Amino acid sequence: MIHQALAMGHTQTPEAVLFWVLGPLAVLSALAMLMVKKAVHSAILLAWIMITLAIFYIAQDAAFLGIVQVVVYTGAVMMLFLFILMLVGVESSESLTETIKGLRPIAIVAALGFGGLLVSLIGHATIGRAYVGLVDANAGGNVQALAGLLFSKYVWAFEVVSALLITAALGAMVLAHNHRLIQRPTQRDLATARFRGTSLARAAGLPGPGVYALHNAVDVPALLPDGTPSQASISATLKARGDVIDSRPFQLSAIENEEE
Amino acid sequence: MNPANYLYVSALLFTIGAIGVVVRRNAIVVFMCVELMLNACNLAFVTFARINGNLDGQVVAFFTMVVAACEVVVGLAIIVTIYRSRRSASVDDASLLKR
Repeated sequence: MIHQALAMGHTQTPEAVLFWVLGPLAVLSALAMLMVKKAVHSAILLAWIMITLAIFYIAQDAAFLGIVQVVVYTGAVMMLFLFILMLVGVESSESLTETIKGLRPIAIVAALGFGGLLVSLIGHATIGRAYVGLVDANAGGNVQALAGLLFSKYVWAFEVVSALLITAALGAMVLAHNHRLIQRPTQRDLATARFRGTSLARAAGLPGPGVYALHNAVDVPALLPDGTPSQASISATLKARGDVIDSRPFQLSAIENEEE
Repeated sequence: MNPANYLYVSALLFTIGAIGVVVRRNAIVVFMCVELMLNACNLAFVTFARINGNLDGQVVAFFTMVVAACEVVVGLAIIVTIYRSRRSASVDDASLLKR
């Protein structure tokens, strides 16, 4: 009897190994999440923590929650985070200097106090408490048992949560909808601007790039009749990226000199 | 090993998430730290469910996940809206109410 109780109260060796490998890793990843500068790296570390937690759930007889954790958190939520990071700008790394003086030491001291309080409370709440385990509760299968609870005892909360989901979806749509401050220029406006603007030079459209026998590609500017390269012939995006090839070797005068 | 160890990990993760919310300035990273705190709570719920031998804790963790998903959708939409008008995702720059 005592032996059985001991076996129940202590997790088996494989789980202990799992815990002592993944637990410290999760805590270290969380600490690294605070330290790293780039938001993308934080997101990847958070995804790893979430996968760790999913493994913990499965190890703790919560198979359904473990799968949902992978699907909802590491799948949907982290994907949404990365998507927004892409939208807002991956390079939007913040400066890690403090803006409020002394905020960091105060935060760390407060967090240490809070963490100590939590740990001691958990110690008080769990010491001397009989450990039951989920063998009986999960007898008919974890998913079946959860569904039984969800659709009987918690059915009202379940309905309210569905209303919350719909509200959130609506809210996101309302927030994502932006009003234009100025009216979008129509095709007619653009044509008028092209022909009645300051100069007629662009009326026929911009010149195309890359008209060389040597190098026929979009990253090479076209040559004007006088032999100089035209900066208007390359895409502004390529210029901003710095992917434009230097046009000097293609200037007509230079090539003619080589041939002589 | 005692299952209460999971609770200690959960407490640590929650505390680290709380530090992150206070210390970091990028709104998206602050948001990720909130997610970390929610996840830590979920781990505590699952562990308590196991210690007490009933599945109520797992049901609550499930509801937390749903609410967290809603919160992420609305929160990120707000961040994108702020970014669109202020060209910055830093929580320091959104201080219009202060002046």
